[in-house]
Amino acid sequence: MDFSLSEEQTLLRNSVQSFLAGRYDFDTRYSTINSETGWRPELWREMAELGLLAAPFPEALGGIDGGPVETMLLMEEFGRYMVVEPYLETVVMAGGLLRDAGSEAQQEAHLPGIIGGDSVWAVAWAEPQGRYNPADIATTASASDGGYVLGGKKAVVEAAPWADKLIVSARSDGRRRESKGVSLFIVDKAAEGVNCRDFRTIDGRRASEITLKDVQVGPEALIGELNAGLPLLQRMLDEATAAICADAVGCMKALNEATKEYTTTRKQFGVPIASFQVLQHRMVDMFIATEQATSMAIKAALKLDAEDAERERAIAGAKVQIGQSARYVSQEAVQLHGGVGVTDELNVGHYFKRLTAIARRFGDEDYHLRRYARTG
Amino acid sequence: MDMRFSDADLAFRDEVRAFIADNFPPELKDRSLYSMTRDDLLAWQRICHEKKGWAAPNWPKEYGGTGWSAVQKYIWNEENARAGTTPTNAFGILMLGPVLCAFGNEQQKEYFLPRILTGEHWWCQGYSEPGAGSDLAGLKTRAVREGDHYIVNGHKIWTTLAQHADWMFCLVRTDPEAKKQRGISFLLIDMTTPGVTVRPIITMDGAHEVNEVFLENVKVPVENLVGQENDGWTYAKFLLGNERSGIAGVARSREAIRKLKLMAEQESVDGEPLLETPGFSRKLAELEIKLDALEMTELRTLAAESQGRGPGPESSILKIEGTEIQQRVTELALEAVGHYGLVFTPPGPEAEAPAIGPDYTRGVAQRYMNMRKTSIYGGSNEIQRNIIAKMVLGL
Repeated sequence: MDFSLSEEQTLLRNSVQSFLAGRYDFDTRYSTINSETGWRPELWREMAELGLLAAPFPEALGGIDGGPVETMLLMEEFGRYMVVEPYLETVVMAGGLLRDAGSEAQQEAHLPGIIGGDSVWAVAWAEPQGRYNPADIATTASASDGGYVLGGKKAVVEAAPWADKLIVSARSDGRRRESKGVSLFIVDKAAEGVNCRDFRTIDGRRASEITLKDVQVGPEALIGELNAGLPLLQRMLDEATAAICADAVGCMKALNEATKEYTTTRKQFGVPIASFQVLQHRMVDMFIATEQATSMAIKAALKLDAEDAERERAIAGAKVQIGQSARYVSQEAVQLHGGVGVTDELNVGHYFKRLTAIARRFGDEDYHLRRYARTG
Repeated sequence: MDMRFSDADLAFRDEVRAFIADNFPPELKDRSLYSMTRDDLLAWQRICHEKKGWAAPNWPKEYGGTGWSAVQKYIWNEENARAGTTPTNAFGILMLGPVLCAFGNEQQKEYFLPRILTGEHWWCQGYSEPGAGSDLAGLKTRAVREGDHYIVNGHKIWTTLAQHADWMFCLVRTDPEAKKQRGISFLLIDMTTPGVTVRPIITMDGAHEVNEVFLENVKVPVENLVGQENDGWTYAKFLLGNERSGIAGVARSREAIRKLKLMAEQESVDGEPLLETPGFSRKLAELEIKLDALEMTELRTLAAESQGRGPGPESSILKIEGTEIQQRVTELALEAVGHYGLVFTPPGPEAEAPAIGPDYTRGVAQRYMNMRKTSIYGGSNEIQRNIIAKMVLGL
């Protein structure tokens, strides 16, 4: 047993750390999230040049042969800097689906664009009525003209405003919530019948509500087998969940550092407020919550390749732990900072919002508690 | 023991309920205070004042207050919360008014009190400073007497809705040699005086609710001193005692829970209403029980007050439990709306557009963020616990 990083992994972490340290200070991020587009395409290109967008792909597909641990390392740093760029959606989610389930033709057609930073993807899996259940799909796909025609509504599709390609889950057979009958399709965002209403998310990113009306796609748009998309989607969502667990860990570590720094310098009643035992114990609890979250994030990454039930249980457990820790750490960090903690001018409030968003992304505590219990 | 209201109180409740139903402008119901204009914010107070003389429930009758009993004030707050009316300008009516009634001179009472009632003057509170938060008595804003003026220099922060304010009541240090609480005075500052600058602070929900107020060589006439020089801490404490009425916010939380249930009825988890799922319904029930307990604790405080005792430091319980419940309601609402809890609707034109998800999801995330302030402001919940430890438990 050994939880230390390999030399390559340490190098990767160092390189992303120094990359972000020079480019992602609070003010730069602040003006980015408040700009019209809300992200930095030029930074995305630099990330591609550095090889970050190639991390989770095998060498044969143009990648650097990284796996869940590499994704975890990167995501933790992205969390620490509150990176808004669509790494999760484009590389981990869409890239992961194409890597695991795409045909050779699909991989050849699309992975170079993802790895090279030329193409941004978003995955439209959630629906307004479905909450967090990826099988609760009312969007339909019917055979038409040798391909398929899609119709329906997709909810809170993160990074869609920046994307040129979408992966859409649709029901080609079966009833709502049935596990069979789900199919996954590649859709050009510019295709006729795709209608997006864009909005901001609480953590400074962008998302869309997407309406699909008679959207025609060719047979080459189908990922994997017809009607057998749910296990692929579920596996991908678990990989994405493991990734955001690491993102949350990065946020929590940063918040704990900020809180320690603040309470040891902020003086009231003539002494640093960190000298009050009541605050010390709360910072200890924040630290413990973060350690527990870190442990579960590591477990999630290491169990991604286990068989389905074992993987699901590890992911669900991690997401519950992350949700609890994130809520505690974010609320206490704000409270211990007092008034400045609720302002838009300090990073604390921004971390609070990112953790609040992560806690419900891919399912909240109740959702994953049920999942965990089911797989026991 | 008897927890019922008297017949007279019940009749009063019916009268209040009917008055609100007949007079509160429906278009103002449940609006966010931070996107309303000053006139919108004052509309309900003005209606209460003009039609009934009910703008200031906590002032003595001789100054234009209602002279209501503690129970009547409680009923008034409850009924307003139930109906989702706009709160009155707390700083003028709830806070400064009683101080002026008790400690102001005749000129101050005659000039300021009627203008608070009509809403001609909007007041803000100049208490906290960057270096004086929980340790409020550590404030450094300095007022130096020069002839018939004070020259005030300093920096106030977290000044709520100062962007609307005509006047600020302000704690200033007039004797830097005296022990902390001793050298503080209570000054009334005209916000249009040269040297007063208001800078907005945007909070993480995107709202412009609080401000910084910079005071640079601000000339304040000595007649704007309330009470005695260097006795300001006494008045500040008196004011905080008054601020506590209604701080539990029981009725507002009750109303927020009612709305939360409507949301949870409409959201469904695999075909079952969220409201009926074991996980969510249990959390909701736990919250309602906490609120039931708080309501009874408040009624016990109220009964003691009616018999001439209190409100003492026990009211810190109301602040702690009340704010934690308010925060929890918004947390469960955020949970209820699922993915749509990710939607950020900044104030401004976007807030007026149709909601991204179902209508009830609008602003849910912002309310969760906004409520984080409640355990920080008005004496943080840590300070409230110190008060109970010291004043109630004698530790």
